[in-house]
Amino acid sequence: MEYFIQLFLGGLTRGSIYALIALGYTMVYGIIELINFAHGEIYTIGAFTALITASVLTLYGFNEISILILASLVAVIYSSAYGFTIEKIAYKPLRHAPRLSPLISAIGMSVFLQNYVLLAQTSDFLPFPGLVPEFQFMKKYEHIFSSTELMIFLTTSVVMIILTLVIKFTKIGKAMRATAQDRKMAMLVGVDVNRIVSITFIIGSALAAIGGVLIASHIGQINFYIGFIAGIKAFTAAVLGGIGSIPGAVLGGFILGWTESFATGYVSSDYEDVFAFALLVLILIFRPAGILGKSKAQKV
Amino acid sequence: MLKLVNVKTFYGNIQALKGVNIEVREGEIITLIGSNGAGKTTTLMSISGITPPGSGEILFMDQPIHNVSPDKIVSLGISQVPEGRHIFPQLTVMENLHMGAFLRTDKDGIADDIEYVFGLFPILTERRNQAGGTLSGGEQQMLAISRALMARPRLLLLDEPSLGLAPKIVRQIFDIIRKINSEQKTTIFLVEQNANLALQVANRGYVMENGRIVLEDYADRLLSNEAVKKAYLGL
Ligand SMILES: Nc1ncnc2c1ncn2[C@@H]1O[C@H](COP(=O)(O)OP(=O)(O)OP(=O)(O)O)[C@@H](O)[C@H]1O
Ligand SMILES: [Mg+2]
Repeated sequence: MEYFIQLFLGGLTRGSIYALIALGYTMVYGIIELINFAHGEIYTIGAFTALITASVLTLYGFNEISILILASLVAVIYSSAYGFTIEKIAYKPLRHAPRLSPLISAIGMSVFLQNYVLLAQTSDFLPFPGLVPEFQFMKKYEHIFSSTELMIFLTTSVVMIILTLVIKFTKIGKAMRATAQDRKMAMLVGVDVNRIVSITFIIGSALAAIGGVLIASHIGQINFYIGFIAGIKAFTAAVLGGIGSIPGAVLGGFILGWTESFATGYVSSDYEDVFAFALLVLILIFRPAGILGKSKAQKV
Repeated sequence: MLKLVNVKTFYGNIQALKGVNIEVREGEIITLIGSNGAGKTTTLMSISGITPPGSGEILFMDQPIHNVSPDKIVSLGISQVPEGRHIFPQLTVMENLHMGAFLRTDKDGIADDIEYVFGLFPILTERRNQAGGTLSGGEQQMLAISRALMARPRLLLLDEPSLGLAPKIVRQIFDIIRKINSEQKTTIFLVEQNANLALQVANRGYVMENGRIVLEDYADRLLSNEAVKKAYLGL
């Protein structure tokens, strides 16, 4: 039973990270119907930014918690700036081009950024400091659920709740939903759609950066390639849940997290990805729009 | 108030408007009639900045607006009720109305205007928390008009508000259009296929064929024009 709980909680942690990154894919898709393949690289950039910031702050003798907060903050700002710029450079000029063009541009951006990080940093794995302090009250449960995992779960939950509230109740959130449902009509009521697209990229990138920092401090090492893997997994989660649907991305993230966790725990860790992608194939066959995805109308 | 001068609009290589000249004066109701594919919707979308003209000029209150973005055009005072209503399907009636007031910041004024449109269309009051997509066609048309009014436009563009609605609802909606024009002093640019009805509420009318205005006159004179009778009134 304890083993089961351990796997369950492990899947929860994993799943919440997938969900966080999947939100970026799904929100962008909801607004401009583009799979932003460079989204995973934003996550990588977030992790590297946090690493560099944390190293500098450590030199200056900051304590653990303030390093965690400051490094995350810098990562969020830096990644958002990247997300914003990528959209302006690689996607906006292609807004009215045939659908394949921005998709190819997205893949190009992804490859470019991967190599950029590779050249600017190194191809080796770099150790990433465990930024999350060990909580005293977690000592008893350490063997099934670590402080870092708890932090991941709490942070992602809070972030997702805030996002939901923003989208549901703020003016910008309403404008995002309206744009996703009917872009031309949104323009006709005075929504500056370019601005909404930018905001969507900024929010998505910020979420990816948070995910990057959390997972890096959980796993303890990063390289230029982490975003690619995480990106594909999160993309799988988004498709599972129904791309374009926000609750779908969250649900897809958790389902994928649990699938991987239980497959690894009960079968073999070699099969982790096999199960994840087998699940994707099954969903695509039996429910192509994803679990919560409906027709084109049901997006955000 | 609004002036289109030799407006030419293209979809890629297809030229939908081939030099359109229209003038709308403050306070009047004008109608643009024409058969399918004549270019009526394109005319409205050109005014709203969604399909900006390739050449020609559009002036609103003597200011050129043909290079202005759609959101700025709304803020200048032009709102559109597009063909097919385009209600945001997953937003509630209230949220749809608030989207109509997107560029406004006067909370009290917005609340007053919501009361005003609920007064015009009492059925919307009952539907206020229902998703827009679940409304009937007639209710959606009422909501689309209400949403456009929420911007407090000086010029209201209406694209085929009678489309697919029962005669009773159509009459109700046309009564409201007249009321908006007389009470709110909102100038109205009405696109219709139902020429008979449109010419009865309008002061003046334009007839469009193949991307060109082929006839313009006072509405009553168009109603008795032999060519119009034959082509558009089914007489
Ligand atoms: N998005 C588009 N791409 C290409 N051609 C278009 C597009 N929209 C309209 N057209 C063409 O432009 C011309 C004018 O169309 P428009 O929709 O303005 O006509 P309309 O008068 O509103 O017709 P209806 O009464 O059927 O609504 C038509 O020939 C139409 O085929
Ligand atoms: Mg039309």
